[in-house]
Amino acid sequence: MTSPSFIKAAGLHLLVIMSLFVLQFVLPAYHHLAIARIMVLAVFAMGYNLLFGYAGLLSLGHALFFAAGLYGAGLTAYHLGWSVPAAFVAGTGSGFLASLLIGLIALRTSGVAFMIVTMMFAQVAYLASLYFTTYTRGDEGLVMPDAARRFELFGVSFDLTDPTVRYNIALALLTLTTVVIFAIVRGTTGRTLIAIRENEPRTLMLGYDTFRIKLKALVISGTLSAMAGSAYALLFAYVGSSFASIQYSIDALLFTLLGGAGTVLGPLLGTIAMFYMIDIASEYTAAYLLVTGLALIALVLFFPKGIVGTIRERWVSWLP
Amino acid sequence: MDLGPFLLLATLEGLLQAAVLTLTALGLSLVFGVMRIVNVAHGEFYMLGAVIAWWTASLLSSNPAAGFFLALVISPLLVGAIAYACERLILKRLEYDPEATIVATIGMLYVIQQTVLIAYGPDARPVEAPFFFRVQFPWFGYSGYNLFVIAAAIALLGICWYILTKTRLGLIMRATQFDRETAQAFGIPVGKVYGYVFAAGAMLAAIAAVLIVPIRQAHYLMGLDPLLLSFIVVIIGGLGSLRGTVIAALIIGLSDGVISVFFSPTLAKMISTLLVALVLVFKPEGLFGARAR
Repeated sequence: MTSPSFIKAAGLHLLVIMSLFVLQFVLPAYHHLAIARIMVLAVFAMGYNLLFGYAGLLSLGHALFFAAGLYGAGLTAYHLGWSVPAAFVAGTGSGFLASLLIGLIALRTSGVAFMIVTMMFAQVAYLASLYFTTYTRGDEGLVMPDAARRFELFGVSFDLTDPTVRYNIALALLTLTTVVIFAIVRGTTGRTLIAIRENEPRTLMLGYDTFRIKLKALVISGTLSAMAGSAYALLFAYVGSSFASIQYSIDALLFTLLGGAGTVLGPLLGTIAMFYMIDIASEYTAAYLLVTGLALIALVLFFPKGIVGTIRERWVSWLP
Repeated sequence: MDLGPFLLLATLEGLLQAAVLTLTALGLSLVFGVMRIVNVAHGEFYMLGAVIAWWTASLLSSNPAAGFFLALVISPLLVGAIAYACERLILKRLEYDPEATIVATIGMLYVIQQTVLIAYGPDARPVEAPFFFRVQFPWFGYSGYNLFVIAAAIALLGICWYILTKTRLGLIMRATQFDRETAQAFGIPVGKVYGYVFAAGAMLAAIAAVLIVPIRQAHYLMGLDPLLLSFIVVIIGGLGSLRGTVIAALIIGLSDGVISVFFSPTLAKMISTLLVALVLVFKPEGLFGARAR
């Protein structure tokens, strides 16, 4: 695996992570917070991309996994007083279980049916978050108390209200996700996923258990999304129903498409671009969804491969 | 009070819901059946229908009946024109690739919703019903307009059924649905048919919205619920099956009415959504649909 293209690609990703690390020392407060948020959302988008970009499965229900992490971490920390690491594990674990269960059911379908089934499961989860309003407070949401945001690990104490701590935790999660996705994509699983995306019957014919591989992709994708959700709840101290709505599933799709589906760095770039596009647009208008809508239409019409996808196609063929 | 009046009220509300739902779902089903695309913006055409109805009726506010019936003509026509333009400008260029059209219609959803928010504002506004009379049942009086909506929906369904099965237009649509290439080879302008079918689907949603707007008011976020319910109906009924769509709309509308009266509406929605997802998993062709070829 140590071909020149591997070294170039690994180097590029290392460079991106290093620049994000250095960036925190020069950014003003507002953008410091924004980038921390973007990195958490990028973990979500990168998880989504593993399923959509590489396996070719268009899910419209990934908000469910994000919300599983968000509520898994948020509710245990808020109601049961679990410490931050325990809540984080609870959130990520509930995402793992949710994606395993949903995968076993939803992967029996394919194509448009898969999209609708995932969307419906996510809608049930969204309605459930409204229905159990005693615990979740529905749309209004829960705000984590400051006490639930301090923890000690290996003798070092962390305070999540400190922006620098938040930034670096978000960066650590992003690094972990990049490494995981990079390893999967460069390895045999990634090749098989692409084979499934391009021609599933033929992959099946070649003797691959496509159901198991797709399930694996969905579980990893869902768990990464849940990890992003748990981190979001704990780092930014808010847990609410809006994160479980269809809108949020669509956001992951949008970030991925804009950056380039089926590229490792695409979702990160897409998240940054979309975040700032909405941020700037909302200075001028409250109807920033108009920008989202126009971006979606323009993307599928004129730019179906996204930013990184186009760069790879035209200039840099070794991008994973 | 005993069970009787509650059950009657739930049934009437359920029938009303089913009537509107049938029309909306029929539009979605038509588009999916003929064009093989999922129109996520369908709910927004419904919302647009209601908002345009308010706008038309407010031009003629002196006479509620005239305003309403003018809206019933103008609103579907305008919505149909907008849908036709969307189809020609966007969907046609995507060559009806399933995933690309889904993303594009999601984009259309946002654009329509936010444009209406800017132009019309966030308020919910009613259209006055064209007439008032109460039908007196043993326990309570019920709005005559609601019964009119149910009757109108049945009449419209009859017309749709007649067009689809007995006329040349319906034949062309069914031929396109059955086999696109062969239809083209026999001189059917498939591209044009697609444009008209997409517009017709949106018009059905708009008509449903005009009918409901005196009861439920027009609001820029009103499209999501009918969209999800129509999805449910179309899937349970079997994609592209007219009979299935009607039966499923009756089941969903009535059960939604009954569960909502006796339990919480949120719970009702959760149960029906979950059931549909499972129907789709275990019987992907729906209850009345033909197996995919």
